[in-house]
Amino acid sequence: MKITVEFSGGAELLFNNKKSHDVDLPDKDTNWTIANLLLWIKDNLLQERPELFLQDNSVRPGILVLVNDTDWELLGCLDYKIEPRDKIIFISTLHGG
Amino acid sequence: MPSKCSAKCGRNAVLKRPKTGDSLCKECFFEAFENEVHFTVTKAKLFKPNTTVAIGASGGKDSTVLAYVLKLLNEKYDYKLKLFLLSIDEGITGYRDDSLDTVKQNRDDYDIPLKILSYKDLYGWTMDEIVAEIGRKNNCTFCGVFRRQALDRGANLLKVDYLATGHNADDIAETVLMNILRGDVARLSRCTSIITDSGDGIPRVKPLKYCYEKEIVMYAYFRKLVYFSTECVFAPNAYRGHARILLKDLEKIDPAVIMNIIHSGETMKVSEHSKMPTLTKCTRCGYVSSQEICKACVLLEGLNKGLPRLGIGKSSKVKRILEENEKLKGASCNGEDNKCLCSGNDLKPSKFNDLKI
Ligand SMILES: [Zn+2]
Ligand SMILES: [Zn+2]
Repeated sequence: MKITVEFSGGAELLFNNKKSHDVDLPDKDTNWTIANLLLWIKDNLLQERPELFLQDNSVRPGILVLVNDTDWELLGCLDYKIEPRDKIIFISTLHGG
Repeated sequence: MPSKCSAKCGRNAVLKRPKTGDSLCKECFFEAFENEVHFTVTKAKLFKPNTTVAIGASGGKDSTVLAYVLKLLNEKYDYKLKLFLLSIDEGITGYRDDSLDTVKQNRDDYDIPLKILSYKDLYGWTMDEIVAEIGRKNNCTFCGVFRRQALDRGANLLKVDYLATGHNADDIAETVLMNILRGDVARLSRCTSIITDSGDGIPRVKPLKYCYEKEIVMYAYFRKLVYFSTECVFAPNAYRGHARILLKDLEKIDPAVIMNIIHSGETMKVSEHSKMPTLTKCTRCGYVSSQEICKACVLLEGLNKGLPRLGIGKSSKVKRILEENEKLKGASCNGEDNKCLCSGNDLKPSKFNDLKI
């Protein structure tokens, strides 16, 4: 399943400073949820210091998640079922400026 | 299925507000966010008309949103403010280039004039020069102290009527926590104020005081505002970082903790019996200080006299060294060389006159 994953607000620093990633998630028997995606990101995209991105099987508090420009808090957070061509963005609020 | 906007406009909601729990569409969110800043500005009577406001601009999310919203409200509600962006260049090679580029883009995008002051302008030294003098090991002391005062000194130098900064609700709640953890009662009673004075009569104002960090970032995202993110504020061992992690963890459980902490800070009263440090003004630069001479002036004196370690240790020791210096050198260092800032308010290099504000 092809989706786009983006990191910004400073979160991209943990991903080789690359903001946009076109991703092809492997087929599996059950639906892909954001919870699954986070683990996949940890194993496949995350370059360093996973504790700055993940905490207790979710994103670290202070990192915002949007699915197709909608706050994931309106979509069930970790349980949201990912659809093909979804654009999932992680924005850090934790970085200064 | 996306949920509908709580304002019943018929559009789909795009975010859940941490402050109210409402689900709002983009348009209703913009309106709510801007109206709340306007309410904060008018309720606290932050600005008088026909005045000049320097917006402390770092290129980061908070100051970018502040500049955009203030400009918008100034036009929409006719505040009659002359706005300009004030940025500080520390003079660390390669460090500010990106964020200053962002500020320059803010200037062009929002059509707000920009003034960049360097550490050289403010203190007579760039950070690179300080590092060369003192070595890498101790430059954090300088950086921290100088950075804290830089915008204040800049505002004073430019004789603005107000200095507006982008402190948001999360920042203020974090500072309340920090002051509690440190037992700093004096700062605790001041840190929630929406208007503060650093000793020179120029009010420092925080129009985003009640804005959640999440909403600031969402606002910037949906308005497509360009901002710059520096390295993680969770620098290892940073004391503030711990307060911030605690706060973010609590906020995840209940976003209301942010407002609750600010509210607690605002309503807490210091007992009349408690011993408070007397705040006075630095006799050199006039900046508010608990010592006779503020830390920045002590550090500057050390640099200017070739004793850069001055001010890094204890303040009693600093005072003794200073007194010895005074005896040795006789008169004050005022006018001894052009690097001296001891003349404080009198410092008016001609290049500041070209500021069009
Ligand atoms: Zn709406
Ligand atoms: Zn001073």
